[in-house]
Amino acid sequence: MAHAHNHTFAHEGGHDGHHDLEELRKFGFWIFLITDCILFATLFATYLVLHESTAGGPDAKEIFEMPGVIVETFILLTSSFTSGLAVLAMNAGSRNGLLGWLVVTILLGAAFIGMEVTEFAKLIHEGHTIQTSAFLSGFFTLVGTHGLHVSLGICWITAIIIQLTRHGITPVTRRKVHITSLYWHFLDAVWIFVFTFVYLMGVM
Amino acid sequence: MIDQLTDFVSWFFVTGDPLIYGADVAIALTMAAIVFVLTYFRKWGWLWREWLTTVDHKRVGIMYIIAALLMLFRGGVDALMMRTQLAFPDMKFLSPEHYNEVFTTHGVIMILFMAMPLMFGLFNIAVPLQLGARDVAFPFLNSLSFWLFFFGAMLFNTSFVIGGSANAGWLSYPPLSELTGSPGVGEDFYIWGVQISGIGSLMTGINFIVTIVKMRAPGMTWSRVPIFTWSVLSSCIAIIVAFPVLTVTLALLFLDRFLGAHFFTMDGGGNAMMYVNLIWMWGHPEVYIVVLPAFGIFSEVVAAFSRKRLFGYGSMVFAMMSISLMAYFTWLHHFFTMGSGANVNLFFAISTMIIAIPTGVKIFNWLFTMFRGRISFKTPMLWTIAFIPCFVVGGMTGVMLSVAPADFQFHNSYFLIAHFHQVLIGGVAFGYFAGLYYWWPKMFGFKLNETIGKWAFWIWNIGFYVCFMPQYIVGLDGMTRRINSYGWDTGWWALNFTSTIGGFLMGIGFLFQVWQIAHSIKFMEKDTTGDPWGARTLEWSIPSPAPLYNFATTPLVTDRDDWWEEKERIAAGKMPKAKPELEPIHMPKNSPIPFIQSVCWFTVGFGLVFHWLWMAIPGFIGIALTMLAHSFNYDTDYYIPVDEIKRTEARAGRVV
Ligand code: HEM
Ligand SMILES: [Cu+2]
Repeated sequence: MAHAHNHTFAHEGGHDGHHDLEELRKFGFWIFLITDCILFATLFATYLVLHESTAGGPDAKEIFEMPGVIVETFILLTSSFTSGLAVLAMNAGSRNGLLGWLVVTILLGAAFIGMEVTEFAKLIHEGHTIQTSAFLSGFFTLVGTHGLHVSLGICWITAIIIQLTRHGITPVTRRKVHITSLYWHFLDAVWIFVFTFVYLMGVM
Repeated sequence: MIDQLTDFVSWFFVTGDPLIYGADVAIALTMAAIVFVLTYFRKWGWLWREWLTTVDHKRVGIMYIIAALLMLFRGGVDALMMRTQLAFPDMKFLSPEHYNEVFTTHGVIMILFMAMPLMFGLFNIAVPLQLGARDVAFPFLNSLSFWLFFFGAMLFNTSFVIGGSANAGWLSYPPLSELTGSPGVGEDFYIWGVQISGIGSLMTGINFIVTIVKMRAPGMTWSRVPIFTWSVLSSCIAIIVAFPVLTVTLALLFLDRFLGAHFFTMDGGGNAMMYVNLIWMWGHPEVYIVVLPAFGIFSEVVAAFSRKRLFGYGSMVFAMMSISLMAYFTWLHHFFTMGSGANVNLFFAISTMIIAIPTGVKIFNWLFTMFRGRISFKTPMLWTIAFIPCFVVGGMTGVMLSVAPADFQFHNSYFLIAHFHQVLIGGVAFGYFAGLYYWWPKMFGFKLNETIGKWAFWIWNIGFYVCFMPQYIVGLDGMTRRINSYGWDTGWWALNFTSTIGGFLMGIGFLFQVWQIAHSIKFMEKDTTGDPWGARTLEWSIPSPAPLYNFATTPLVTDRDDWWEEKERIAAGKMPKAKPELEPIHMPKNSPIPFIQSVCWFTVGFGLVFHWLWMAIPGFIGIALTMLAHSFNYDTDYYIPVDEIKRTEARAGRVV
């Protein structure tokens, strides 16, 4: 992101106030993402410490079903791509294109969450719950936290779709679209780590 | 029916202790008095419009400071209760159970609900003004941070009369803090009180980083940034790295207690040692988070009251930045004795000792700044001077503690208690007092009475040494912390009794400060200059108290200590810097959402503490709705017209 004009931010009053404010918010969001990275890093660390503490319960090999996880991964990666297309449409000035791709993105996100909930429900049904072992506590918490983030993203993008239909593409809505798409790509990146460290390493 | 009701009441409210009944009555009376006064003087509307919904950083700062001083009172009462219990062997004042609750509450309140908000209050008061900015980067978020802190603190505080207090120490180690060790609700109050206010702290960290990086006045290059603002930046960097770890740690402990997970339990494969690592990965940086801004204040005060440039500005900045980074590599020195092995202990012992180097550099810089200065001994300067020997001794005992093998002797003894109070009181509390005295005129437009202030200063300081020096001795002799009574045969009576006297002296010092404030409000000496100390940085170039918009025109910075240089230029008969034309000023509008959303957080926390989902779920919905309401609100700012700026400035005796 371009933060070249440092000093013009100093007076957000006057002439170019709004543009500066939007840039400021984007920068703030980047810093928020750093904190979210640390949050996930902490959860990954606890998971890695605990992933062999199965306390006599099942281990990763016994319960992970890779085909479903691979489909999930594919869906989330695609949604990250469509959210990129949404931004491109916005930059091209096409409101309908933007809205269309955002809707596709949240539908894919919802499909991802749907599959994750199914996976959790199945595990719980089979008696593998958060109470079973430290390993499963770590698993449900790490994957669940990611899932919560995605669900939050879905609500957030929905709210922005409504605002776009009301106000069109303005500097404010433009910044909001940028920020949510950044957030969405971030969740995608985190998922790649979940996929690698939790699922792949688990079944290997 | 009636039986069930009385059962519920005696379970819900803390009963059976006359002290707590007394507190119940006091709380009820205070609440009634507040409601009465506000209603009688018809102040509800004023309170709502001017304070509860404000997004003005100066008012948010004042609210932080008021809340923090109230918490200092409560934490102080806890401290004196403990010291009373320890004054005589076999004292029957606090039972062991009650003592556990009191030291836990005291520690949590002092660090999280006294030091942190007092620090945030000073950030809010000083940083935008030092930068020549109109407000912080995100005024709405700033207000939300404050209210989250406030309701988090209130949630924690209610546990004292409702449900029962936490008793597993201020860091709540498992297995004590697990359901098996603490089956009551106290730990849940701890988790949610700290969690909610911690989220607020994290947002403040983000907010001030963006403010400092992006909102400096034109011309304020990094080498011209005032030193306090630098210290805030270093502290905020530590905040954004450390607080997410705290959030996760508390969330995991909550899952253990609420859903029966096994992160830290003794069964199910849990690992209690992991909690200790995680909590100190936050907890150690936390002590630097609170002390770095105090270093900034001392630097500011030393330069202003010696009428000299700060010696070694660059090395000061470097020292603070490196401390904030190194803080992450020392967490393990808090549990040398827990079997990490010799090499791990060695690494953390050395990394801890290394931090003493930048700290030493700073001490010399302060001394050199004073050297050959024209020192004026006003209260902010007195606290700064008192801090130096105090921190040197505290630092040296800290290095003693960082010698891993020796720590097997000192660990959990009163030697440790004396050490950390010396750095926390001598460094943090003295530092914030200095800052409070220093910026008080800028906040309120009048100075605090110096004579009473000097009395308070001396009583506090004498009390401090009387209280904590004996503790080093009993600590070396083997007296351990967190124990409510020792028998006569130990031979520690005289030292403990002396220590208690010192504690009460500090309490009297605090009362003098309260008197000082009350007296000064009545007989105040108005500050008409805006620059009562003859200080150096931009905040002193505007009227006191600062107008709503801070600077009528954005200052153009050409020097470090820009305001001082400007005064020198004018004194030398040169023209003052040309000011740009007045323009309408862009301001954020007040918002009720931060307050309402924080009430919802409180509801969620309270509901989860008691496992009342009927209460927690509506709270969650409230949080979601207020977030949406904010997102859908496009009417968030307005302009102050030029005429109004002219009128405001004229009222403060300025022409523009
Ligand atoms: C004003 C005078 C103060 C006195 C007389 C005092 C006294 C005490 C006492 C007696 C204990 C308990 C020792 C034990 O039996 O375990 C204690 C613990 C503690 N104090 Fe203070 N204190 C004071 C101020 C402060 C301040 C300003 C801070 C922090 C900024 C602070 C932070 C703590 C902490 C973190 C603990 C450990 C609590 C625990 O064991 O969990 N105290 N203090
Ligand atoms: Cu430490």
